[in-house]
Order: sequence, then C-alpha cells, then structure tokens
Amino acid sequence: MSLDASAPRQPRSLLNNARVRGLALQAVLLLILAAFFYDLALNTMDNMATRHIVSGFGFLWRRAGFEVSFSLIPYSGEDNYARALMVGFFNTLLVSAIGIVLATVLGLVIGLMRLSRNWLASRMAAAYIETMRNVPLLLQLFIWYRLVLSPLPQARDAITIGSASLSNKGLTLPAPQFGPGAWMAWAGLLAAVVLSVFILRWGRRQQEATGKKPPTDLLAALLYVAFPVLFFSAAGWPVSFDHPVRSNFGFSGGMTLVPEFMALLLALSIYTAAFIAEAVRAGIAAVSKGQSEAATALGLKPGLAMRLVVLPQALRVIIPPLTSQYLNLTKNSSLAVAIGYPDLVSTGGTILGQTGQAIEVVLIWMVIYLTLNLLTSGFMNWFNARNRLGGEVMA
Amino acid sequence: MSIAYVRETDAPLRAPPVETSGPVGWLRENLFPNIWSSLLTLLLGMFLAYIVWSVLDWAVLRAAWTGTDRAACAFEGAGACWPFVWEKFPQWIFGFYPIDERWRPVAVIVIGALGLAPMLMPNAPGKQLNALFLLVAYPVIAFYLLAGGVFGLEPVETTNWGGLLVTLVVAVTGIVISLPLGILLALGRRSELPAVRTVSIAFIELWRGVPLVTVLFMASVMLPLFLPNGLNLDKLMRAIVGLSLFASAYMAEAVRGGLQAVTKGQTEAGLALGLSRWQTTRKIVLPQALRISIPNIVGIFIGLFKDTTLVLVVSIYDFLGIINAGLQDSKWAAPQTANTGYFVAAIVYFIFCYGMSRYALFTERRLAESGRR
Repeated sequence: MSLDASAPRQPRSLLNNARVRGLALQAVLLLILAAFFYDLALNTMDNMATRHIVSGFGFLWRRAGFEVSFSLIPYSGEDNYARALMVGFFNTLLVSAIGIVLATVLGLVIGLMRLSRNWLASRMAAAYIETMRNVPLLLQLFIWYRLVLSPLPQARDAITIGSASLSNKGLTLPAPQFGPGAWMAWAGLLAAVVLSVFILRWGRRQQEATGKKPPTDLLAALLYVAFPVLFFSAAGWPVSFDHPVRSNFGFSGGMTLVPEFMALLLALSIYTAAFIAEAVRAGIAAVSKGQSEAATALGLKPGLAMRLVVLPQALRVIIPPLTSQYLNLTKNSSLAVAIGYPDLVSTGGTILGQTGQAIEVVLIWMVIYLTLNLLTSGFMNWFNARNRLGGEVMA
Repeated sequence: MSIAYVRETDAPLRAPPVETSGPVGWLRENLFPNIWSSLLTLLLGMFLAYIVWSVLDWAVLRAAWTGTDRAACAFEGAGACWPFVWEKFPQWIFGFYPIDERWRPVAVIVIGALGLAPMLMPNAPGKQLNALFLLVAYPVIAFYLLAGGVFGLEPVETTNWGGLLVTLVVAVTGIVISLPLGILLALGRRSELPAVRTVSIAFIELWRGVPLVTVLFMASVMLPLFLPNGLNLDKLMRAIVGLSLFASAYMAEAVRGGLQAVTKGQTEAGLALGLSRWQTTRKIVLPQALRISIPNIVGIFIGLFKDTTLVLVVSIYDFLGIINAGLQDSKWAAPQTANTGYFVAAIVYFIFCYGMSRYALFTERRLAESGRR
C-alpha cells in the first residue's frame, strides 16, 4: 500500500468522528443510567406502598425502645432513634480510634521484628503475619470473644477490688461526673501544646547553635501531664464519682467496659497489625541500604540510625498503605454486629428491623462511613505532604 | 637432597573454627550475636515453646478422640473434642444438602478443580479456551448441577446449601461476576470521556468506602424493594449480588494498577499499526495489564474468600456460619466444643488462603523474572 498525501481524502462520516462518537456514547450511558434509576425509584415506591412504609427521616424522632449494653453518652430506651444512632456512632469511633493506635504500635513492633537480624524474631514475626492475614477476621473475633469471656465469672461471683469489679458483664468502674469548671483541664492541655511548640523550637535552635540538645522532649512531655493537672486543681477538682451499686442482675450506675468491646478491640488491632507490619517491612526495605550504612559511618548507633535516618524516609512509602489499613479497621469495626457490640451498624440494624426504614438507615450508614473515610484520608494526605521532601527527587 | 627445615608437603588443612562455621557458627551469627539479641532469642524461644506445648497438649494429649456425645468431652481438664468434629464434618462441608445428592457438589468441585489446574500452570496450553470454559460454561454447569430441576436431577433449594459448599459458591461466583465488571470499571475510570469516568469513579469509591456488612444488609433488605413486584431473588442470590458488586470495585482498582503499568508506547504502537482504540485495548493493553494484575486479583480472591464469612450476618450458613450454628447443639455441649470447632475452621481457612497467597507470590516472582530487561 502506498501512501499518497495528495490523494483526495474520503469525506469522513459523522460516525468516524471521535468527538461525536464520544458524545454519543456518553449520552447513551447517561440515558441508560437515568432509565435504570427511574425504574428503580418506581419499583421502590410501588413496593413501599404495598408494604405501608412511609419514606423519610421522620422515624428518627420516634421512641427507640431498645437498650444498648454500652454507651458513651447517656441513653435509655426512652430516647429516640436518632440518639440510638449517635450512641452507635460514638461506639464505632471509640473502638476504631483506640484500635488504630494499638494496631499501629503492634504493627510497627512486628514489622521491625520481621526485619530483625535475629533469625527467631524474624521467623516468628513472619508466622504471626501469615497466620493473621490468612484467617478471616470474623473467626478471629469469635475466638477472642470466647477467650475474653471464658475466664470471667458470673455477675454474682464478680471479682471485686474496691468499687471496681470484673465479671462476664464486663469491667465495672466508678464513673467520673464532671462538674462546672472541668473545661479547665482542656484549657491546661491547650496551654501545654502552645508552650511546648515554643520550647521545642528553642531547643532546636540551641542544638543548631551549640551542638548540644537541651532535654526539651522530656520537658514538653512533662508539661502535657502537669498543666492539665495544675489547671484542674486550680478549678478545685470539680469531679465526683458515681459508684456502681450491685443489683440482682449485675450493676447499676458506674460505667462498664463490656467484654464485647474488649474482644472487638483485640481482634481488630491484632488483625490489622499484621497488615501494618507488612507495610512497615515493605517501607523500610524500600529505603536503600546506603542510607543506613551512611548513618553507621557517621557514628550513629543502630537505634538512632533507624529512628533518625531510615524511618523518616520509610514513612513516605508506608503512609499510603497505612491509610488504607486505618480505613479498613474502621470499616471492619462493623463486624461488631456479630457479637452484639452496639456500634453504628449494629444499632442501625436493630432500628432497621424495628421500623423497616431500610433505605434511610442504609443512607445514613453510607454518608457516615464515606465522611469518616474522607476525613481519615484527608488527614493522612496532609500528613504525607508534610513528610515529603520539598521538591526533591528521590534517586 | 632435602633440607631439614624446609617442608616438602603442605601442612594439613585445619577445619574452620567452630565458632564461625557449621551449626554452631550459624547459631552464633543468627541467634546469639550479642547479649541483647541472645536475650530476645531466649525470651521468644520460651514463648514459642509455651505456645507449641499448649497447642500440642490441648489438641493431642488431653483431647478426646472417640465418643458419640458430650459425655466423651465433658471430663475434667479435657482438651479438644474431636468426636464432635468427626460427626459434624460432612455437614460443615455440604450444609443440609440431601445426603443422596452429595455427589453433585463433589462433581462440581472436581470439575472446577480440573478446569482451574491448567489455568494456574503458566506453561499449560489453551489458556483462552480454558478461560472461556471457566468463566462461561462452568458456572452454568455448576448451577444446574447444584440447583437441579433439569435432566431428572432432583431440585435442591438454596436454603439447604451450606458449609464449605456455600463458601466456595459465593466466593467463586463473586470472582466470576466481579472480574469482567471490574475490568469494565477500570477501563471506564481511565476513559477520556468525562461522563464515563465520573460514573466509574463514583461507583468504585462508593463501594470501597462502605463496610461489607452494610452492603450485605443492603442486599438483603433493600434489593427486594428495588425489584419489580413479583420478582424475588432468594437470600443466597441477594448476598452474592451484594458481594460481587462490592468485590468489583476492588477488582477495578487491581486491574487499574495493571493498566497503569503498561507503558503508553504500547497503546501508541497499536494505534500506529492501524488498530482501532478498542482493538488496541483488547488485543494489546488488556492482556499485558491482566497478566501484571494476577497477583492482586488472587489477593482479592483471598479477601473475598475470607469475607464470605460475613454472610453470617444475613443468616446464610457458610463454613464458619455452620460451625458456629453447630455449637448450639446441646448434644455436644462441652467446655471445649467451641474451641475445637474454631480451631478446625481456622486451619481450613488458613490452608486455603495460604495456598492461594503462595500462588500469588509464585506468579509475582515469575513476572518479575520475565519482565527483567
């Protein structure tokens, strides 16, 4: 075939024009989607009419009528559905937040162990990672639930120390009741944060000027404890304790850490730690060996070389997978429903069963989880950007 | 003439010092290089010995091996309750599938394994035909074999399916549906057409943002509302639909990773050869992208296999679900029954998932070798 540039070009059909075809394709796609959703909406309205379900979020203000075993905010069955969902939401947040901290610490330790030159440590870390990653989380949750629950005595034979007691209903402690002026503690914390920023900055300047580092880390840590305590006592210790009272079926008053919470927390953090350990291992392995050799050549001890040279560089590789593990942990906390810890999905499920408002409840779930996701990944992106080398290209 | 003080033969070689070679050297190097490491070794060694001994003691030495009911396992200091496992095991595999018809699930699993084996071997011929069989013909055969109602096969309601059978059915159907859907979504996400791209991104991120439990709830309570009156999917089908849509979002991301790894030059070369965009994608980009994504796709399958356990929350009895349900059986009510059941479940899941992850690692290494230039 010869190419002849002067040959008259064929008039192009509209069908061969990429732009036109693209527009047509998109129009068809959108039309199909619109038709699909229209049909869905018609079906749904039809179905809801036959089942006498009234759509809308009005049900949220009706009386809930069910109790929950664990709540951070005051709640009883007399409260409305919206409040029950709030209880679940806070429970999800609580278990996810503590779980993330525990999983990160454990994951970091296991990940470093995996890279250890000690053969036994490395092999045992590998065994831990493989076991945890290859057994379903739900099964691990069941196992933890049994392990947590089985050694605990019945509520009437509870182990009691002072006004704290431990039974299969959970760990019951006196509940602190904060009076007016308790905000002073928060004010103290804020003051400590502000002051510590200045102290740390001064410490860095001193180190750059003299080569010696004043013990500013210790000082800052001390401030974080001392200031809130000082401020709180300045306000005159506005706190009293609500002591639990033993009743026939357990305890009333006080606050109770239920075994479901412990089991869920253990399962989530131990499971996720395996994935975090893998991310840590991969991140550190990605830092070239020359870096730690250079650090050693400069006279840094292995621990310092890891902390000051290798980890900061590895962090940039670790953060993206770490973010997705945090999100996974938050989403996995919904497994609570299987052991009856009242998280967002569990309370939502109860409400769904009582009212039949499936679409509304699912919408609430989706909005909350998507928002949590956005917030977490937003924060981690910010943290990642902060840790990136400014405009430098990694070799 | 020899000089008395000059040696004529080589001195015999001495063995290398014991401290740096052989087993002792290895121990010194890897377990006891310095005091801290030695301490760690001792501590971890003791911990390991404790764990191994406890498991051995519980699973073998103190275990009950024979018996017909709880009496066999209810003695003081009893370990694992194996007779419970012997009795329940067929149910854990087949659920409540009629005993006379159990050859059908077995046949389905055997046909599947025979079809899958050459697919997993990198050198076996006929990959395309094989894939076509697995993705199109096999699901149809498997469905009719399991559900029955044709060729004189007795119909078996899906409510009677259970155990490992349901786990495999859900996971395999999930992957068969989510693979093509995921490929489409991944292509859509990389499309130059804004509407296609937006719709794909919205779909993918929506599913990836919510927990599977809510998806399953949604599938079980919302799907009936969406379907026209009269049309109804059974419980298992609804769970499969939910799980497949959920998995397809993750699949799309795995395939997208593969697509991104195919260099732009490949597309350009295809276009330069006069292939259309669609032909370039289908014949040049996709085959390479899919090959690169195999490890990730296997990873998603492992995740799906583990996640099937969650169908428990919409009361479908998969492998874990049926074991859990069996623990309520008062005939076997003994302190260690539940632990034994969970122990077996953990081992079975581990064997499946670990095997698959080893396979993913194998393909990954093979790819790394063949891709080295």
